[in-house]
Amino acid sequence: MNAPSITTSSAEETQVPSRFNLQAALKDAFKTALITLALSIPILSYKTEQNGGELFLASRWWLVAAVVGIIFVLRVLEHAFLATKASRKALPDPHQATEPVHAEPSAYQKVSRFAIPLFLGVALSFPLLVYLVQGGLNESRYFVDLGILILTYVMLGWGLNIVVGLAGLLDLGYVAFYAVGAYSYALLSTTFGLSFWICLPLAGILAAFWGMILGFPVLRLRGDYLAIVTLAFGEIIRLVLINWVDLTNGGAGISSIPRATFFGVPFTSGDDGFAALFGLDFNAMHRYIFLYYLILGLALLTNFVTMRLRRLPIGRAWEALREDEIACRSLGINTTNTKLTAFAIGAMFGGFAGSFFAVRQGFVSPESFNFLESAIILAIVVLGGMGSQIGVAIAAIVLVGGPEMLRNLTFLKAVFGENFDPNEYRLLLFGAGMVAMMVWRPRGLISEREPSVILKERKAISGSLVKEGHG
Amino acid sequence: MDIFVQQLINGLTLGSIYGLIAIGYTMVFGIIGMVNFAHGDVFMLSAFIALIFFLILTTWLGISSVALALLIVLVIAMVLTSLWGWAIERIAYRPLRGSFRLAPLISAIGVSIFLSNFVQVAQGARNKPTPPMVRDVIVLFQGESGYNVALSYKQIIIMLTTAVLLTVFWYLVQKTSLGRAQRACEQDRKMAALLGINVDRTISLTFVIGAALAAVAGTMYLLNYGVVSFNDGFVPGVKAFTAAVLGGIGSLPGAVLGGLIIGLIETFWSAYFSIEYKDVAAFSILAIVLIFMPSGILGRPEVEKV
Repeated sequence: MNAPSITTSSAEETQVPSRFNLQAALKDAFKTALITLALSIPILSYKTEQNGGELFLASRWWLVAAVVGIIFVLRVLEHAFLATKASRKALPDPHQATEPVHAEPSAYQKVSRFAIPLFLGVALSFPLLVYLVQGGLNESRYFVDLGILILTYVMLGWGLNIVVGLAGLLDLGYVAFYAVGAYSYALLSTTFGLSFWICLPLAGILAAFWGMILGFPVLRLRGDYLAIVTLAFGEIIRLVLINWVDLTNGGAGISSIPRATFFGVPFTSGDDGFAALFGLDFNAMHRYIFLYYLILGLALLTNFVTMRLRRLPIGRAWEALREDEIACRSLGINTTNTKLTAFAIGAMFGGFAGSFFAVRQGFVSPESFNFLESAIILAIVVLGGMGSQIGVAIAAIVLVGGPEMLRNLTFLKAVFGENFDPNEYRLLLFGAGMVAMMVWRPRGLISEREPSVILKERKAISGSLVKEGHG
Repeated sequence: MDIFVQQLINGLTLGSIYGLIAIGYTMVFGIIGMVNFAHGDVFMLSAFIALIFFLILTTWLGISSVALALLIVLVIAMVLTSLWGWAIERIAYRPLRGSFRLAPLISAIGVSIFLSNFVQVAQGARNKPTPPMVRDVIVLFQGESGYNVALSYKQIIIMLTTAVLLTVFWYLVQKTSLGRAQRACEQDRKMAALLGINVDRTISLTFVIGAALAAVAGTMYLLNYGVVSFNDGFVPGVKAFTAAVLGGIGSLPGAVLGGLIIGLIETFWSAYFSIEYKDVAAFSILAIVLIFMPSGILGRPEVEKV
């Protein structure tokens, strides 16, 4: 499986002309446009419309012409860009020959020195900043909600990072544990009336328990096989949630889940409510800001536990397992227990995030836990650079916040007409973006890793030296 | 007995479709060791291509012979879907070859999300029903309870087309120089390249063949169910992958065998147990097979190299 890479790069890559050759570029762009034309027949050129029970076709050749035209121009621009880049590269860099091997701290180390306090500061003061910018509590609702959403994914990303980034076990069904956490809180609170603060640890324990149950049979599997089996488990849990109507109320979901309380004090306008207790005017936003700090706290807890675990023997065993399982076994590490703890601890944080999700929404249904969610979380981990905590946070902001920005692009309606809904294109662009990011940086945004153990001085480990685990 | 025979026929029909998709998975996994996650969506896309061309041929060009229309649709769908398969490999997978192992998988998931949403945006989110293309059935025998066990023409068409195309592609892989190049790349890509095989071209052709067979499956799916929607790619895709794993990944006869077994299990499970849990059954089989028999029925056991 791990065949060394063969340098059979395609023609364009090896024969990049040092000067921009307009004729060749146009010829190539013409070819690309021709292929695009063929690809868009018939899926773009004809739209199937329904009229009663009958299907009929509507032509849209103008759309095909536009797409082909755009592709043609983009391809020419790409050639021009590559040519300028290549000609710049051809000039020798004065520092090239004399550059020592380990001189400067790497870009990652430089960035991490400022980035971590900066991120933490912005995250902690985010509601205040939004309040100041938007000029009111009610106006800042949208941004606080977006912050909560992003932080939920940051937490999920950090949780999955334990399994994928540290232990090197590829898990495509992480959303199952998120679902277990959410349903644990939903069911425990609606049937037994338990409060959020009792349910939160219980949801974590239940999710960890499920992590062990699902982890146990798949221990022998490696790599892509493990990915597919975890995907299957994720789907099984979702299908059971849909079909076990007696317990879960099926596809209709569970509604009217009790809201979060401020350690027992409810966010109501009554005399015993949060606002009255602290002598504030009642505002529904108090609850959202509390939820924001709750998820921030949970996410930071995840991060803190992960950072600490990396220094413990178990964390070192995870990383050793990721680097080389056979060497691990020959050194006497119990790989079964190591993998199971990774699954269980990763699942536990998924469960915490799930019960937070339930308390925030007040409603859970199986449709919130489909494969796309798992794919988004895994994409966050991989794009962040597996194992890098700050990278995961950046990737979550880009992948969750970016598509969310699309909702606000209402000015595009002026360009494309009234029927244009940018929201429809959210997942389309998300998928294309995932491919583009992988092609651009296959090892993620921050591919360098900080060593867990250091002798004398701290050096970053370049991404090209890091292995990614086999299963 | 009568229900049993009827379900056997239905299961074999469904199994043929799964088998055709499974070949795409198994060939790609064999040659570059990646799970082509987008393959299920390529299958869905091909069903849409087939649907649109079927409408063009019957309503605009007025071809009244269903057999002729189906044949033309099949050929066009195969050609266009192959082009999609080629383009996907060229854009999303080739730049990542020889890179970090997870990268192509993530890229494939991206392609899968892109394709299903592309079809949703281009064709709308609603189910697309077609008028039944082939209605005739042959009544085989009447059961005790007055239940007719029937073999429909469309089931015959599906099974026959599958059998014929499988034979053709099997010949292609086993007997031609392309097939030899493919098997050589499967064993050792570096050595194959040293011996003058154009590895990139061979891998591209693998994707093209896989997509062409997915197009056959898509057309047959449309013929069988008469309805297709943009999210129809995921579940058949995972089931076909299950079939490929069950038969032994990397093995072509294994993929078909696995497809037939999965199809049979699914129809019998729906008939005798519960229809709600049929997907759970299929996914559980995947897990069970991988845990107890990771090399599948006809696969070679993987040797762990140190």
